[in-house]
Amino acid sequence: MYGYHGRILDVDLTRGQAKIVELDDDVLKKFYGGRGLGVYILWKELGERWEKIDPLGEENILLVLTGPLTGYYPGMKTAVLSKSPESNGVVGSVLSSEVGLELKASGYDGIIIRGRAKTPVYLLVYNDDVEIRDAERYWGMGGVDLHKTILKEAYGEIKKREKLRGLPKEPAMMYIGKAGENKVRFAAIMTKLMHAAGYGGFGAVMGSKNLKAILVKGSKPLPEVYDKEKMKAMLKDFWKELLTMTTFREWGTGVGGYSVGKDRSSQPVRNWQEEYHEDERISVVNFENRAWIKKYWADYGCPVNCMKISYLRYGPYKGSITDAPDYELMAYLGTNLGIFDPEKIIYLSYLVDELGLDGINAGNVLGFAAELYQRGILTKEDIGFELKWGDEGAFAKLIYMIVDKEGIGKIFAEGTYRAALEISEMKEVNAMKYAVHVKGIGIGAHGIRSDLDYTKDISYAVSVQGGDHTATAGLPVRSYEGELVNAFYDSGVVCMFVTKPGFERIIEFGNALTGFDITPEKWLNEVGLRIIHLQRILLLLGGPDTYWDPRRDDENPERFYEPLLHGPLKGKAPGREEIKAKVRRYYKEIGYDENGIPREEMLEKLGLSEAKREVGRIKRRLGV
Amino acid sequence: MGEDIERVWILITPDKCSGCRLCEIACSLEHEGIIWPEASRIRVFEFLPGVDVPHTCVQCPDYPCVSACNFDALSVDEITGAVVVMEENCTECGACVLACPGSVPRIPEGKGSVVICDLCGGSPKCVEVCHEAGHDALKIVKGNYRSIYRTFARNPLEKSNEIAKKLFGEGFLG
Repeated sequence: MYGYHGRILDVDLTRGQAKIVELDDDVLKKFYGGRGLGVYILWKELGERWEKIDPLGEENILLVLTGPLTGYYPGMKTAVLSKSPESNGVVGSVLSSEVGLELKASGYDGIIIRGRAKTPVYLLVYNDDVEIRDAERYWGMGGVDLHKTILKEAYGEIKKREKLRGLPKEPAMMYIGKAGENKVRFAAIMTKLMHAAGYGGFGAVMGSKNLKAILVKGSKPLPEVYDKEKMKAMLKDFWKELLTMTTFREWGTGVGGYSVGKDRSSQPVRNWQEEYHEDERISVVNFENRAWIKKYWADYGCPVNCMKISYLRYGPYKGSITDAPDYELMAYLGTNLGIFDPEKIIYLSYLVDELGLDGINAGNVLGFAAELYQRGILTKEDIGFELKWGDEGAFAKLIYMIVDKEGIGKIFAEGTYRAALEISEMKEVNAMKYAVHVKGIGIGAHGIRSDLDYTKDISYAVSVQGGDHTATAGLPVRSYEGELVNAFYDSGVVCMFVTKPGFERIIEFGNALTGFDITPEKWLNEVGLRIIHLQRILLLLGGPDTYWDPRRDDENPERFYEPLLHGPLKGKAPGREEIKAKVRRYYKEIGYDENGIPREEMLEKLGLSEAKREVGRIKRRLGV
Repeated sequence: MGEDIERVWILITPDKCSGCRLCEIACSLEHEGIIWPEASRIRVFEFLPGVDVPHTCVQCPDYPCVSACNFDALSVDEITGAVVVMEENCTECGACVLACPGSVPRIPEGKGSVVICDLCGGSPKCVEVCHEAGHDALKIVKGNYRSIYRTFARNPLEKSNEIAKKLFGEGFLG
């Protein structure tokens, strides 16, 4: 076997045991790795009872997975999957963590985590040694403290054992903050202070398992490579090509803070009431001049260096540390809340990082709350204070209330969609009008109304990962930019920011590593389609607290049909009929039936015959 | 040992390091043919996010590792001054590990011997790729400045703490 170890670690927190599970060559060929493999494992393990599995219950399983490209293809991502407490389907979330690399260097392709520990624990994987260790004293900590404590403890342990073998590098770590511990539905799994697996809410899943952190250190080689010469030659070409990405190198995604609003009219402003702004305070140069202490920061193997570190050394928010922030958080904790000053955005970004919230969905919820306040649906009495646009102090207070589930924070801790349901009932209004989500997942900071961004018409409406801006769907289905190719990158596992060499060459590189003969056509018509079909099925199964009906929910949030208020594209919005027609065309192209449900013939063709029993259950529930 | 020959030496400037670890990858591909992070003769430590410390052999003038080896597994290259490992002689006893003032030698599980930087025979691949990547955190210096080399042989954790203090201030590390 090339490109894989063919083994994953299976850890049962209830019993306090770990074992090794072999991976079948055939399964790897059919699902590749990362997101694809994770979807398969979740379906195999939980598919038959999917609707009954509480995402935050003991029965749910959490997967940390690598792919065959992990460690070899430039850049570093580790895939995290579980039944999502946000969408009740599967979200394949990736985070910029070297945990994936260290897993491979320990001799595993991934970890399955099941059950629930009685008291807080952390998992330490060091080559063949797997330990479930007490984490009571680390409970409540954020990233800054964890780097000074738990990481040191684990490293000290490993160092002792390697005394005569020389100094090992530090272990890689992923962890949760207080938000995950308190099972806030949009809690993230964090790594390196400022990186997150945000979409999916898997921090809450980790918290529900009483698992504070996963630390991994390996000292073995990565798996054997099928064609070493080809791998080396291609890798060198990729490096050269990626070095030309100078905008990312100089500014990261932060350029978007100004330009996505100004040039594309697709940036969330005040809970998406607007998508245009021309406020230069948020220009990335202001972040650089006032806060960056590191301009070129890269994960393992990445020539691009898109990450920048902001650290405030003065002012009321002194000590705040976060990345640039990247565009998403600039938008969601900035413009979406009516905040344009770098220091304030850095502060809020630091706060969500330390508490371990998904910054995108946190900003989505906060914006939603502020609009309810703006419209008088929620009052000062409901919240406890005024929640005005631009008031970072008020938003910070609400963030703490959400994480502690205090007062109105308890409702918002359920995420925008579920909070909208509850507030609608509580206040007898239709609060869903202001909830900018698709299938429980707050929409990424790229709107569709202007049609100038990469996100368009049905990008979110039919995505198997709802509002996730890194898994957008669309027409044509079999394009090199669509969801099928995103599924490849998430399965590889490859960072979407280093895919400049292109889908075809990256697949070829994968073949050089694995010895597989996957062609782009084969991915688009078989492997990718298989993954998306299975994800679609699990999403439509949903439950136990939320179920989606494609006839109602394969749809944009209401807000996206309101014409844009300002800017050069003032008045623009998609038509409802046009969107419906596109959804129907999408169903046809991908092979679903007229209700958006996968067809039995297609499942047979994709080697998913067993999933027919799941489709039967979906049809029965929907009465079709 | 060839004192009159101009030696090459890798000057490390951690402030310039982005933590991309292309040096590790280039080293591993050169010496192992595949990627083996812990067998890279240069490794970038990152105890704190953003505080990146490249770490490799500095060729101490007195070569304590070579002196400590009882199995003739280590010697000094006449031309480059690099420590050369005779893999077949190494018993993985760890004497060189204990003797090194900079915690440099590494015996990764499964390798069967210690790994130490050999300067790629005079044109180190790590320096090459660091330059291509636009960082120059690793630079070749030439000349016989051997007496100062030893001051660079330090534990990466100590170096990391110093950089972190400079970057974040005294209080940050607690």
